[in-house]
Amino acid sequence: MKLKSEQALELDESHVTVGQSFCDDPKMTMRNVDVFYSDKQAIYDVNIDIAKNEVIAMIGPSGCGKSTFLRTLNRMNDTVEGCRVDGQICMDGQDLYSPKLDVVELRARVGMVFQKPNPFPKSIRDNVTYGPKIHGLADTRVDLDEILEKSLRKAGLWEEVKDRLDQPGTGLSGGQQQRLCIARAIAVSPEVILMDEPCSALDPIATAKIEELIKELSQNFTIAIVTHSMQQAARVSHRTAYFHLGKLIEVNPTEQVFTMPKHQLTEAYITGRFG
Amino acid sequence: MAKMSFENHITKQFDEELEEIRTRLMEMGGKVEEQLQNAILAISDANSQLAEQVILADQSIDAMEVDIDEACILIIARRQPAASDLRLVMMVTKAVNDLERIGDEARKIANHAIILSEENESSVGYPEVRHIATSVTNLLAHALDAFARFDSDAAIRTIEEDQQVDLDYKTALREVATYMMEDPRSISRAINILWVLRSLERIGDHAKNLCEQIVFVVKGKDIRHC
Repeated sequence: MKLKSEQALELDESHVTVGQSFCDDPKMTMRNVDVFYSDKQAIYDVNIDIAKNEVIAMIGPSGCGKSTFLRTLNRMNDTVEGCRVDGQICMDGQDLYSPKLDVVELRARVGMVFQKPNPFPKSIRDNVTYGPKIHGLADTRVDLDEILEKSLRKAGLWEEVKDRLDQPGTGLSGGQQQRLCIARAIAVSPEVILMDEPCSALDPIATAKIEELIKELSQNFTIAIVTHSMQQAARVSHRTAYFHLGKLIEVNPTEQVFTMPKHQLTEAYITGRFG
Repeated sequence: MAKMSFENHITKQFDEELEEIRTRLMEMGGKVEEQLQNAILAISDANSQLAEQVILADQSIDAMEVDIDEACILIIARRQPAASDLRLVMMVTKAVNDLERIGDEARKIANHAIILSEENESSVGYPEVRHIATSVTNLLAHALDAFARFDSDAAIRTIEEDQQVDLDYKTALREVATYMMEDPRSISRAINILWVLRSLERIGDHAKNLCEQIVFVVKGKDIRHC
């Protein structure tokens, strides 16, 4: 009998992050990250790596800091009055909070998709080609058309919109709009895509399409996704990070988190014992 | 290790559903235990009436298996259980199968009791049956007790008990083979006894499976084939 008591599933009640926070070949590394909104601390001493081509899901109850944390990864919090980020956040070893860093360039490298589809009030074509144009990734119409088709294909939207590229993006259905936003994000060839509850405004079919897309995109991109749907986290991610009251409680391979979580708080959350 | 609890979900209904499959599995365990005891009694007393009763009652055990399985499927469909809840539901679907198989083995023993009683024989001349029957009855009782309390240590001890039953079974086979060699007229009867021993040994294995499932629920460790 191999099983001895020390191998038991001991649910850890400490406040140190349990599980596998770090990896050998990280795309992004975060060390001792604290985030404050004026006096209020929203994130406490978070340490985690995000691996290359990994899909990492962040889950936790409302107000646990998961979205705040996601937004630190491309400095979306810079525009929030009174927001301060301490600690170190690096991508490929480069400090993202270095004063020398060009934030516009950073946002091209770290794209973002939001909860509510927010296409520009422009044509489908302009929505996708706007980024490449301002970032100087393509000048000629031929190049832009190539990016347009490639991005829409990757977002699984090409077949549905190829005959109406000059119609407004806002005329698409919710799910199509969200895929348009994903196409817009990937048009600038980012390295990382952040998704903040990308399916919460979508119906199950549109959600399934986005989830399928996440799986395909992970071959080329690193993806961090915040979601309130635990089933979604279970379906799409490789690792799952659980946040609670601003602390990173547990990070582990997704299959472990949903079958044998290590921390009692994770267990309580994913089994629906508090929310 | 915090005590296993399947309560305190935000949805109270979910608490009740989990409690229900647990209670129903316990009921089924109780029924199966009774079947085993009656089958053993039928064979040791050559009581064909009791054996008939066991055979008839097996149907209700089959029905319990189907009902509990259905309840588990509904929980999975409605609640998408995770972590310890998921482990419990998966355990219950497997445990009902083992309990149903124990029921089947008890029915087989009862069948042999009828055959033996028709030949005006009982298992009295075979102390091996009595010995293994006692061990297996205890084994099943301990397994069900470990489940009721979600006691993985007791489950592991019970698994170890099964190893002893397996050894006793091998010894008993040799003994019965000796009877057959000594008195070829006893072969037909001894074969019946062999089948009974075989059923008892299988029941021990199913009780062991149940214990492995208990360890899986409590510890999150799969110890099958360890």
